[in-house]
Amino acid sequence: MAARSGKISKDLLFEKASAFFASLVLFLAVLLFAVLLQESIPALRKFGASFLVTGTWDPVLEKFGALPFIYGTLVSSFLALLIAVPLSVGAAIFINEFAPPWLKAPVSLLAELLAAIPSVIYGLWGIFVLVPILRDVFMKPLTNYLGWIPLFKGPVYGPSMLAAGVLLAIMIIPFILSVSREVLATVPQRQKKAVLSLGGTRWEMLRIVIGQHCLPGIFGATILGLGRALGETMAVTMVIGNRPEIFASLFQQGYSMAAVIANEFAEAGGLQLSSLVLIGLLLMLVTLVVNLAANRILSKMVARASRGI
Amino acid sequence: MKRISGTSRALIAAVALSLAVVSAASAEPLMMNGAGATFPYPLYSKWFYEYSNANPGVKFNYQSIGSGGGIKQITAGTVNFGATDAPMTEEGMKKLPGAILHIPTALGAVVPVYNLDGVPAGLKLTPDVLAGIFLGKITRWNDPKIAEQNKAVTLPNADIVVAHRSDGSGTTDIFTNYLAAVNTEWRAKIGHGKAVNWPVGIGGKGNEGVAGVVKQTPGALGYVELAYAKQNKMKVAALRNREGNFVSPTLEATSAAAAGVAKSMPANFRVSLVDAPGKESWPISGLTWLLVYKDQKDEARGKAMVQFLKWAVKDGQKMEAALDYAALPKDVAEKVDKALKQITFKGKSLY
Repeated sequence: MAARSGKISKDLLFEKASAFFASLVLFLAVLLFAVLLQESIPALRKFGASFLVTGTWDPVLEKFGALPFIYGTLVSSFLALLIAVPLSVGAAIFINEFAPPWLKAPVSLLAELLAAIPSVIYGLWGIFVLVPILRDVFMKPLTNYLGWIPLFKGPVYGPSMLAAGVLLAIMIIPFILSVSREVLATVPQRQKKAVLSLGGTRWEMLRIVIGQHCLPGIFGATILGLGRALGETMAVTMVIGNRPEIFASLFQQGYSMAAVIANEFAEAGGLQLSSLVLIGLLLMLVTLVVNLAANRILSKMVARASRGI
Repeated sequence: MKRISGTSRALIAAVALSLAVVSAASAEPLMMNGAGATFPYPLYSKWFYEYSNANPGVKFNYQSIGSGGGIKQITAGTVNFGATDAPMTEEGMKKLPGAILHIPTALGAVVPVYNLDGVPAGLKLTPDVLAGIFLGKITRWNDPKIAEQNKAVTLPNADIVVAHRSDGSGTTDIFTNYLAAVNTEWRAKIGHGKAVNWPVGIGGKGNEGVAGVVKQTPGALGYVELAYAKQNKMKVAALRNREGNFVSPTLEATSAAAAGVAKSMPANFRVSLVDAPGKESWPISGLTWLLVYKDQKDEARGKAMVQFLKWAVKDGQKMEAALDYAALPKDVAEKVDKALKQITFKGKSLY
């Protein structure tokens, strides 16, 4: 009897303790939000909704608007997805379905190793290697021949929205790649063999398998990559050019929300500091909105995929 | 029950042990805590090391968190001294719990650096040309206004790519102070500060970021600290100073700027050295200061602080050149030494 009650109290203790830790996470999130909100009140009071739609960032006159930063964060992140998703999914299919066994391990190991490199190293590599190559091999010829398209308008300097997008793409490839590989591996062999035995080609097999079974998983992997891209700070600030302005051209400079906080926080005071905190709050909200939207799409896709099967 | 007493015995032992450690620590040297500017950090590190070697009774702990951070810390009283590259504002000084001294320790210079194939170092720039470039009005290297001063060199017909600091920085403060001092349009449109609304250009994070953009971009022009330009062997421009001379940035030219204002140096040393008079003066120079409260709360610490500062403005000055800092001119150093007499404990001078 005594032993039994001791057991119950231990179970209870464990339950309470784990509940406490779980609520701690919630508490931290709420606290984070509350502190960000509290510190950004002076900027909210001064600028209100105009903070979202104006583009001036003048620490001398204390006029602040977040639009170029929001634009820069979103455009550089989506640009990264545009490049990284096809590359990673393609690589995942190759590694899982086509690569000879001796190639599988080294390729996937190297790709996953990319995730372990600190972002400041990516940034330095961006400044000294990626930006000059992009500028001379890609951007300059494109501006010369297709400069009439607003997207490719010069002048070309190097640090640009495009450089940030490409660098971010390289940084998120390992995440999308490894999750996509896991997703592809979950397809039952029987299903694949069934398609092949009905006379389908490998391409048809992949198309059916991915379309039916893997799309939600790959979408989830994309969201994981997007989350990383939205919050990336150091690497982006080193190659984006840090110019709080909105240009149609991908070859012009930009700025991102995380970058301006990292750049100016240490020496900021007063309204500038408050505006930076407000940008932090907005970044949190942007991430939240993107993730919620992604979750909705994901659950719809999952429902459709399971209906299909 | 026995088990618990075992635990508590261990606890008592641990507490006793930590108490012993604490009391041992109190016999150790006096720890002086400071925080602030990153620019003089290499110099201060050297000073603290040398000074503590000669005076084992005092040790220093300096966190180079930036000038703004240094001011915040000394205002809150969490450190014994602060350090800043920009003098405190009147508004900021009103928030202080007591009167504070700005003690100049060294001079820094900000220099225009560029990357232009076929054009050697020493390209001559006038204040208006420099301001014109950073305002986005002069956009090509072969602009007649640049060519006029540089008849001996062939300037390419290329875009000028402006590079500036993207992070808030004392370097930007000195640079924009200079542009505001020499150019009315800059003063009216942009102003000065640790971060400003740049009309043109690419932002690089830190001296290394600006240097990276300049080195990697043909046709780029930016500004970095003198020491940084020297150590990275970058092409440095010559500037026309107030007396109409083109000077190249050197440690001597930087010290000359302080000598140029030595006579008119205010008693509180809160002075800007940009566009300083003097034939040899480099026009984009600035002082860096330590911030110390006049009224010290702790006699031993106050005394140690004053002793260190006396050493810094005298013996410490000899170490500056080796680390690429410009030393205070002699008459300024003497003035600073006298000012240290104002540091008191309960009304009694600690000098």
